[in-house]
Amino acid sequence: MSVLVNKDSKIIVQGFTGSEGTFHSEQMIEYGTNIVGGVTPGKGGQEHLGKPVFNTVEEAVEKAGADTTIIFVPPAFAADAIMEAANAGIKVIITITEGIPVADMVKANDYIKDKDCRLVGPNCPGVITPGEAKVGIMPGFVFKKGNVGIVSKSGTLTYEASDQVVRQGMGITTAIGIGGDPIIGTTTKEAVELLINDEETHCVVMIGEIGGQLEADAAQWYKESGSTKPIVGFIAGETAPAGRTMGHAGAIVGGSDDTAQAKKRIMRECGIHVVDSPAEIGLKVKEVMA
Amino acid sequence: MNLHEYQGKEILASFGVRIQKGIVAHNAKEAVDAAKQLTQETGTGWHVIKAQVHAGGRGKGGGVKLAKNLQEVEELAGSIIGMNLITPQTSAEGKKVHQVLVAEDVYYPGDSETSEFYMSVLLNRGTGRNMVMYSTEGGMDIEEVAEKTPHLIYTEEIDPSTGILPFQARKIAFNLGLSGTAFKEMTKFVTSLYKAYVESDSNMFEINPVLKTSDNKIMAVDAKVSIDDNALYRRKAYAEMRDLREENAIEVEARAVGLNYVDLDGNVGCMVNGAGLAMATMDLIKMAGGEPANFLDVGGTADAKRVEEAFRIILKDPAVKAILINIFGGIVRCDRVAQGVVDAYKNMGDAIKVPIIVRLQGTNAELAKEIIDSSGLAVHSAVQFQEAADKVKEVLS
Repeated sequence: MSVLVNKDSKIIVQGFTGSEGTFHSEQMIEYGTNIVGGVTPGKGGQEHLGKPVFNTVEEAVEKAGADTTIIFVPPAFAADAIMEAANAGIKVIITITEGIPVADMVKANDYIKDKDCRLVGPNCPGVITPGEAKVGIMPGFVFKKGNVGIVSKSGTLTYEASDQVVRQGMGITTAIGIGGDPIIGTTTKEAVELLINDEETHCVVMIGEIGGQLEADAAQWYKESGSTKPIVGFIAGETAPAGRTMGHAGAIVGGSDDTAQAKKRIMRECGIHVVDSPAEIGLKVKEVMA
Repeated sequence: MNLHEYQGKEILASFGVRIQKGIVAHNAKEAVDAAKQLTQETGTGWHVIKAQVHAGGRGKGGGVKLAKNLQEVEELAGSIIGMNLITPQTSAEGKKVHQVLVAEDVYYPGDSETSEFYMSVLLNRGTGRNMVMYSTEGGMDIEEVAEKTPHLIYTEEIDPSTGILPFQARKIAFNLGLSGTAFKEMTKFVTSLYKAYVESDSNMFEINPVLKTSDNKIMAVDAKVSIDDNALYRRKAYAEMRDLREENAIEVEARAVGLNYVDLDGNVGCMVNGAGLAMATMDLIKMAGGEPANFLDVGGTADAKRVEEAFRIILKDPAVKAILINIFGGIVRCDRVAQGVVDAYKNMGDAIKVPIIVRLQGTNAELAKEIIDSSGLAVHSAVQFQEAADKVKEVLS
């Protein structure tokens, strides 16, 4: 088992023929990901990287049986791409695009809420189930197959965490990059819930950062679930000053309960194994799984 | 992107939100002319001189003063322009005032008492919807109200598909204890305020105070407006309102070369790829006994040119005693980054006088370490995250 994506996922790439889309599609195909085609409006009927190009997501669903999409569309058009995918019946919508206007995401978030789909991102590295499907921009080799699930707001910190876990002789079931924007589809709580409920996952690594309530909500859910599956947690931004945006649009301390200190305290109270040093994630996972 | 009060009010007024009128002045003479013009337009006798800087609590710092005649306008404007305004939200040195807003006096006596409210529009991150937050306790520090009398703060969440509905506007006006003309005025005020928020691509409106005048008008006396940076491409007129003098000079320069940099108070500079890893690196510097001097995300293409630009930006801060480069090479190979660091270092000549610690992890990390170690440069290399922290500790002691 794994969550969100696997070897049977039928994946399309929105923004397929653009430079980002092309580069990362090549990488994904090389990894062995089941890319069944792509969408670029106006280029339907062509072939790109040996896969068919469609004008609309609807057509890609009809003709290629797509159920998963990865979006590289530029920020000005990305919210529309998300809504198009949801409307066409795509089940998992992974949005890599960074810099989508918040107002657009308010609209898209509202539009998809009653649709049968799950949005991951935007502004995220994607999702990888090692050995089966890499639906994202992460370096595939860092993720070896195993029993540790990862949920993270940050790209390179996810690679860092996986690398540390692999160095301790373990591996990853699925790593989910949920993204660093103020509005994201799959929340920390939802991603943690997916992994806690996954039989193959024996331990979850939850990496958050300053700003918002997502980690506290996830911690609360975990406590109430009564799950005995261990979670190792880290929150980046202990040294970040209040009121400043630290790279990710969502990483900004707004009050007293969204600082790194407050989040770590809540997580500890809910039974999560919190590490203060980002260099100790792998060691802690090994310790709690022993 | 934050705006000045006068710019925020301009935007509000363009959407039909009633504001306290005012004219910007850059010196005492302009202030007097502005005051005369305002008297002609609004009939105001007195004027309020308001320092225009990006910081709250301007009144507390002596940046907002009432002038009862033109001589006072001239004197007060003259003393406020050029001052270093220190407020609870500025640094100890304060912020230099380049301009003032000469505004009409709206607290004139009349048939009823004036009253002040608080109102903001912002995103509720939990629900992904915008909300209007408001309170009967206007003109005060809202954090203080939230702490002492949280029951006096109300929120109204807005459905993005309908926008603010008439019953919601009425509810807000009722909760603020209004009736008659003022009630109707408030429903109009909040409806146009919400429209302004959405259509200007703002991510923060804070109007404190919203005033009910003695003749029952509702108006914005102050305006804190922040526009979503990601939407500036389609709000060009607002983008031009950016006042670079209000921002940190090094941050402005970094943005111009496409680097995401935030200036901090510490002594160890850092250069990292990815925002999350950058914050984690700052945290690690602190655990190693240092203090981060900055946040800097170099992004996905850490080539020689970018590394060199990042070096130059970091070295502008004289407090920097060491630099930690932490790159997790994925798609970008570490040996390429290492070569970039070496080339950049050489290009900089003798500009780099502080120890550099380079930690490269990911594709070809060992090869990268070799490139650094054999470069002959005074650069410490590391592969593991903890190793990097230990090296930071070493060079600081």
